[in-house]
Amino acid sequence: MAERLALNHFETDEEHSHIEVDQERVRATGCGPTIVACCPARVYTAEPDGSLSVEYAACLECGTCLAVAAPGALRWHYPRGGFGVAFREG
Amino acid sequence: MTEPDFDVAVVGAGPAGALTAYLLARDGHSVVLIDRGAAPGAKNLSGGVLYSRVLGQVFPDYLTQAPVERRITRNVVQFCTPDSAVGLDAWTGRLADPVNAVTVLRAKLDAWLAEQCEEVGAFAMSGVRVDELLTEPAPGTALGRRVIGVRAGDDELRAHVVVAADGVNSFLARSIGLRQAPATHQLAVGVKAVVELGAERIEDRFGVGADEGAAHAFVGDCTQGVAGGGFCYTNRESVSLGVVLRLDDLVASGRAASDVFEHYLAHPAVQRLVRGGTMVEYGSHLVAEGGLAMLGEIACDGMVVVGDAAGLTINSGLTVRGMDLAIGSGIAAAGAIHDALTSTDTSKAGLEGYRRRLFDGFVGQDLTTYAKAPAFLERPRTYVDYGPLLEEIMLAVFGLDTTPRRPMARVVRDALRASPVRTRDLVADAWAGVRAL
Ligand SMILES: Cc1cc2nc3c(=O)[nH]c(=O)nc-3n(C[C@H](O)[C@H](O)[C@H](O)COP(=O)(O)OP(=O)(O)OC[C@H]3O[C@@H](n4cnc5c(N)ncnc54)[C@H](O)[C@@H]3O)c2cc1C
Ligand code: SF4
Repeated sequence: MAERLALNHFETDEEHSHIEVDQERVRATGCGPTIVACCPARVYTAEPDGSLSVEYAACLECGTCLAVAAPGALRWHYPRGGFGVAFREG
Repeated sequence: MTEPDFDVAVVGAGPAGALTAYLLARDGHSVVLIDRGAAPGAKNLSGGVLYSRVLGQVFPDYLTQAPVERRITRNVVQFCTPDSAVGLDAWTGRLADPVNAVTVLRAKLDAWLAEQCEEVGAFAMSGVRVDELLTEPAPGTALGRRVIGVRAGDDELRAHVVVAADGVNSFLARSIGLRQAPATHQLAVGVKAVVELGAERIEDRFGVGADEGAAHAFVGDCTQGVAGGGFCYTNRESVSLGVVLRLDDLVASGRAASDVFEHYLAHPAVQRLVRGGTMVEYGSHLVAEGGLAMLGEIACDGMVVVGDAAGLTINSGLTVRGMDLAIGSGIAAAGAIHDALTSTDTSKAGLEGYRRRLFDGFVGQDLTTYAKAPAFLERPRTYVDYGPLLEEIMLAVFGLDTTPRRPMARVVRDALRASPVRTRDLVADAWAGVRAL
């Protein structure tokens, strides 16, 4: 995956993550594995304690994780204007 | 009330927003076109086959002026098993003249569209994320609020009409309760790569001329049975390839989206087309798949919703159409907004012309025609069972191993007997397909 993502241009917002995980909700609803699997950029990793860690800088901004997550499990919005992935082909 | 800064604020510089902005600015309205990408198109990707006649209605010279890659003259559909592919290959010069479809790369196309908007006087603001709608109370209306502008960071921009052209995730239309978040069976995730091959290899491998291109669609094992399909479209020097996976089925399968993509890329039918190439980009994006059922509310006081934000995509199983519908909805919206501004009634009632124009045009008509397609495509057999069945039949026809041949009717009957597909399934699927498509 790292090899694939290295092809892209990213303008990382060092100050803000555009993804926040409500770890309690993720544990309670069990939606962690689904979020991990559905993300095409493998942004999420399931930790042994059942929580999710997030590598937000790799995000392709598709919105898939939000669509498959249990309601309230993720706070996800687009990165600030100009930040994030910048496709050169599309 | 403060005097608005613009007649129209368009949020999103994809084809839907750009066409709306272009037509309104050309008609003399003051228009701002806002996009969160550092440049328009930087956030967008698609498979890339644009059914382009509708673009030609607005830009008659688009074939020579716009950044189009190739004119599609060859369409190929293949049903796959892990090591076979049985397909249909349609080549016809009639698709080239007049041109019916072209391939595009969105980083280039969207940037060009935004330039056209600026040339007719629209103000393009890139690298700006709209954070929320500005609203004021509107007692007695369905939503109880009227949209009066947008807020981006500390800046507030007021407009008579806001156009939510913000794509499939459309947070704007959701934020005031005009539209709901789609269900997972109404969404698919597209995972796509661009692979550089060079023009000569493309023309040799895909059997096309210098300006021509091919669109390959794959069904079956290429998505490891997950509902959806694979595509491989030729650009000038590269190919766009990827998978589109329906979210409810992807979740149910437990598979990882990136694994399905890698499996597809490694499939022999795909490798034949792209081996030796260099991948230059990897991306993903959601596709709206709900068709007519997903359309719902598309206008409220002071705002209309266009393109993917309004769920305007048709997946017939063999083609994903969204860009042409986005353009068509932009044209319909611009006409209606022009009328509303002229009559100074930009309430929901004043903007009603949008829906009427949409349904009078090809967008609404095609949505209605394909209304049953999503339900048809939820029939699971297409993705799992038909590949092996077709392989068996073709082996019996072409696998001349000196054993005596069986009559064709027997071949089909035996293959069906060995397959989980029942004859009545076949008939039912074929009939449902004919009715849905
Ligand atoms: C894998 C894949 C394959 C596809 N294949 C095809 C195909 O072959 N043919 C076809 O016709 N269609 C195809 N589609 C569908 C097509 O891409 C879409 O239907 C089309 O892009 C919709 O255009 P749009 O203008 O409505 O939205 P978009 O192109 O998504 O544009 C939305 C814009 O809004 C901006 N935006 C969003 N939120 C904000 C905000 N808050 N502030 C500022 N800006 C914002 C985004 O940056 C973006 O530029 C495909 C889609 C995918 C994902
Ligand atoms: S938006 Fe897409 S790429 Fe980003 S984390 Fe979610 S699923 Fe992954």
